[in-house]
Amino acid sequence: MPSFLLRRLAVLWCLGLSLASCGGNEKTEETGENSHTTTPYQLTLPSNLPQAISIPPDNPLTVEGVDLGRKLFYEPRLSRTGTQSCGSCHQQSKAFTDGLTKAVGGDGLPHSRNTMSLANVLWETTLNWDGAATSLEQQARIPIENPVEMHQLLAEGVRKLQQSDLYPPLFQKAFGTSIITEENVLKALGQFERTLISANSRYDQYLRKTGSLTPTERQGAAIFNNHPGEVGGVFIRGGACHHCHFSETGLFSSPDFFNNGLDVNFADAGRGAITGLASDRGKFKAPTLRNIALTAPYMHDGRFKTLEDVLDHYNEHVQTTSAFVDPNVLLSNTPNGTRLDLTATEKTQLLAFLRTLTDSSFVTDKRFSDPFKQ
Amino acid sequence: MFRLMTRSKLSVLLVFLIVALVFTGCGNTDKEAEPSSALHLEISHVVGGSSLTLNSATPYTTPAGESFTVSTFKYYLSNFKLGKADGTEYAVPESYFLVDEAKAASKTITLSGIPAGDYSSLTFMVGVDSTHNVSGAKAGALDPINSMFWDWNTGYIFAKLEGSSPQAPGNHGVLLHVGGFKTPNNAIRVISPTLAGATIQIRQDRVPTVQMQADVLRMLSGPNTIRFADTYNIMGAGPSAMRLADNYAAGMFTVRQVQEK
Repeated sequence: MPSFLLRRLAVLWCLGLSLASCGGNEKTEETGENSHTTTPYQLTLPSNLPQAISIPPDNPLTVEGVDLGRKLFYEPRLSRTGTQSCGSCHQQSKAFTDGLTKAVGGDGLPHSRNTMSLANVLWETTLNWDGAATSLEQQARIPIENPVEMHQLLAEGVRKLQQSDLYPPLFQKAFGTSIITEENVLKALGQFERTLISANSRYDQYLRKTGSLTPTERQGAAIFNNHPGEVGGVFIRGGACHHCHFSETGLFSSPDFFNNGLDVNFADAGRGAITGLASDRGKFKAPTLRNIALTAPYMHDGRFKTLEDVLDHYNEHVQTTSAFVDPNVLLSNTPNGTRLDLTATEKTQLLAFLRTLTDSSFVTDKRFSDPFKQ
Repeated sequence: MFRLMTRSKLSVLLVFLIVALVFTGCGNTDKEAEPSSALHLEISHVVGGSSLTLNSATPYTTPAGESFTVSTFKYYLSNFKLGKADGTEYAVPESYFLVDEAKAASKTITLSGIPAGDYSSLTFMVGVDSTHNVSGAKAGALDPINSMFWDWNTGYIFAKLEGSSPQAPGNHGVLLHVGGFKTPNNAIRVISPTLAGATIQIRQDRVPTVQMQADVLRMLSGPNTIRFADTYNIMGAGPSAMRLADNYAAGMFTVRQVQEK
């Protein structure tokens, strides 16, 4: 080819590139001989959940990335035995929990903790029971490599994925390169997890005025949100649940960690093992209560089989002498009392309210299901 | 006229005109935006003569002689105003801050966009104004994620002191949550700690630091002596919240120093 033609072609090519880079939402990158275009994933934020979200700038949600993340989430090749995926413990039908007291890993070994729900992790700034991770990308590596979970170095998982027919083209589509990296596996998983939004429970419909709650459920909501004590000469009865499970944000969780009086001596140091502070010993994250009726058993170690057991704990069995127990679980509905002292009726009301947080569309949404089982 | 000018004179005039034009352009915006700067407010928390340590192994003692420890100490400071000797005031717009002993960064507040000048008073609200209690964008410091929003009718918790005291009845927990923005239990307090004659000099190239101290004991003493034996669980609006608010308005905050920089 004459050199002037080559030069002209080069100019055209550059022009083409610069035009493409201006092309609105579409992203085009040159990596070797391949090119890729991604489509932004339109996340729909429910009106009654926080509108402020923070997505890492280097991992924006794309249709291709979310689709890949969903497959990886249900991919057993990320485990040593080839039998366990993220979805093994995070089962959609149980709001992404497993129904077990403590999780069981790929090798059949017991985990020390109960599986957490993944509902609305998009908004969580602390992850795991102890806040060991603060981003979903960072978090995803923990269960993959943990000997009592999937028990395989991510690098080994990457090698297996690279050898498959399925994944290299999907990584090409999502990240512009068919060379699979650990970073891109974690990014794709994070993208999928950010789409797991639950805000279509009866409670949400009540807030959005498209549904109603029964008087019992509404009384339960008041118990949930009331701090017991005298206010202006009137004694208000309540459970003060909202101090740790923030109802006002719509997330029913807290980024903070609390000693909720389960024990006097903690077998699991929880947050204390992360910070090294004695005052954090036995503190655990207040997890979301969304779909709580589907996520039994309860607490970091799954010690309570039912929601009734949980309410009995807060109402009657808080270990009030536990060091650094949160003062919010020391409250009483009896003046100067030592137990929460909700009545049986109030407990029933509270339970009725908690059950309104079940989002049946979330646990059946096809976008979140196992793509290999369709 | 132009005929009388030489070519060189003409070009000098042209340059002058261009320069003048450019300067006028800039000059206009300069006039609109007065020189402004910022002010740092560094807050330290003490319990009488000791610095505050959350979950301290050694308990503190109140002026009423009760011993206690602190697990949470946080409060809102908002609606900052700086006053000059001539009586004029500058109100810092949208100034809402949640100061939390557990979050070191929250104990330094930066007020920016303050017009240059010599200010002889610093005024702020402990709490959140009634407008923001009932409406307004709940973002930043006012985000309910901070666990300082009390729903139903009470709005924000203005100040929160939690801990324990053997003198507190029941389980010995202490939960003092002060709030309320409606009469007769309006706990909003506006205070102006004395600068002891110091002037806060704001200049474009000068960001002074005001060092302020908040003494937990002054929430429990002052106009009203608080005893955990009877006051250990205060939630939102009410006479007890008013007593605590009157205490902290009377002298919990003291300016220690105004540092020029």
